[in-house]
Amino acid sequence: MSSEFVLETRDLVKEFKGFTAVDKVNLKVRRGHIHALIGPNGAGKTTVFNLLTKFLIPTRGHILFNEQDITSMKPAAIARKGIIRSFQISAVFPHMTALENVRVALQRFEGNSFHFWKSEKALNKLNDRAYALLESVGLESFADTVTVELSYGRKRALELATTLAMEPELVLLDEPTQGMGHEDVDRVVELIRQAAVGRTILMVEHNLSVVSKLCDQITVLTRGAVLTEGDYQTVSQNPQVKEAYMGSESNVLEGAH
Amino acid sequence: MSTSAIKTHSRKAYLESKQRAARRNMILYGVLVAFALVAPVIFYPVFLMKVLCFALFAIAFNLLLGYVGLLSFGHAAFLATGGYTTGYLLTTYSGFSPEMAIIIATSAATLLGFAFGVVAIRRQGIYFAMITLALAQLVFFFYLQSPFTRGEDGMHGIPRGTLLGFIDLQNNLAMYYFVLAVFIFGFALVQRIVHSPYGHVLKAIKENEPRAISLGYNVDRYKLVAFTISAALAGLAGSVKTIVFQLASLTDAHWHMSGEVILMTLVGGVGTLLGPVIGATFVISLEHQLAQSPVGDWVDVILGVIFILCVLMFRAGFVGEFQKFYKKNFK
Repeated sequence: MSSEFVLETRDLVKEFKGFTAVDKVNLKVRRGHIHALIGPNGAGKTTVFNLLTKFLIPTRGHILFNEQDITSMKPAAIARKGIIRSFQISAVFPHMTALENVRVALQRFEGNSFHFWKSEKALNKLNDRAYALLESVGLESFADTVTVELSYGRKRALELATTLAMEPELVLLDEPTQGMGHEDVDRVVELIRQAAVGRTILMVEHNLSVVSKLCDQITVLTRGAVLTEGDYQTVSQNPQVKEAYMGSESNVLEGAH
Repeated sequence: MSTSAIKTHSRKAYLESKQRAARRNMILYGVLVAFALVAPVIFYPVFLMKVLCFALFAIAFNLLLGYVGLLSFGHAAFLATGGYTTGYLLTTYSGFSPEMAIIIATSAATLLGFAFGVVAIRRQGIYFAMITLALAQLVFFFYLQSPFTRGEDGMHGIPRGTLLGFIDLQNNLAMYYFVLAVFIFGFALVQRIVHSPYGHVLKAIKENEPRAISLGYNVDRYKLVAFTISAALAGLAGSVKTIVFQLASLTDAHWHMSGEVILMTLVGGVGTLLGPVIGATFVISLEHQLAQSPVGDWVDVILGVIFILCVLMFRAGFVGEFQKFYKKNFK
């Protein structure tokens, strides 16, 4: 069960009509790490991400979760195995309250999700856990607010609470701080750090200051292939990375966006 | 007050506000049922039954469009299957009990709905609508060609029979109260589905399908169940309608019928429980009034104009717009 690497890809390839978006990517995500996938626009980060969560089907190659081949599984089945993803745009249920958002995640473990003849009161026993999760991301007082009325940062916090409700073994975050102001970024960094306790996280991120604060391991992608790997120090010193990122070697990693 | 006391307080307030809303709805439904019980004194019972049958049909359709976000353009197939099956059973076997005919007809529509669903459910948006339309057209031609439906002529003079062996449905009042009971059953079922654990998952799927998938929900299965239930209720509506009018014809299977139920639902208010009921009442009453007036031939044109106005000016429909107005001014 506790293999060293939670997630592995072997020669992962994705082609779109002759264009190779992802080219023989070998990724190893170590248990307990916060692992970042970075690279310039169009490097194939999001494509890799969608391959891992099965929203896209790989052309070739294998994906292993806890040494089990999950290449041909469906997205919902992957989620039930314990891999939960987030999305670039905040993934919430806009016309449900914050409480209901979290509860609908918790509900999957109850085994009553097909019970159309039962009253929704059956869900109230999940309220305590749902409130606790909301509290852990600082949203307790917004429990009854319809999600569409929450600020962007709070939506992301809610999304994280929903993700944590699934007790995932591996969390995949797609640009968790995208489009956020400084305050929200700091909050989300704090939330991710909190969520990472006892879990493994793989994130796609543009904001390098976030990566430098959070991540144990970084994989740099360019043109669909792995350029280099290592911790922040190693990666940020690599001249190839500087060039790929900025088109030149000058002042790369000053919290560039 | 300590923090935990505040917490308990706000949680309690939440549950109480839900209870208040539930109570308010119960009162509203109570008033409506009371009205329906005395309605035959004021209105012609056959007209009321027609309204109830179409309201049930629209409720079934709205379960899919309003609560799952799937636009089916083939619901006529289920209405017609309910109708023809009932007609066939009651005419072929003399003395066949209407309740058995309804159960068998509803089951037939359920099976057909399941089959439609298996084929169509993976598609989305316009493709889903087109596949359901294509399948419904297949069913239409099947009924057109099959000898038992008597094609263009339709089945006439279908006996109403005696309900449970002692209630003579030939009596319009008895028939009315039976239709009302069936309608209330259908309405209560949909209301329960919407407010069930399953209904919450449906809502999540409608709001953000990729997210529902990423939470581990196998969304196709949830949609398939909803589609099948919707088809079953549409079949039930068709079955009861056939008994009321003692008639089963191709009109029910025609794609016009699939269009009409969309119109009723949108005009009344999609995604609200009472919307389709109000919409069906409105459309049927209007058709009824216009048919007797000098502009009778213009029914379709007038309905078309209303539909356009509805889409352009009050998209949420009667009930939806009322709810918006109420929220803005009284809350």
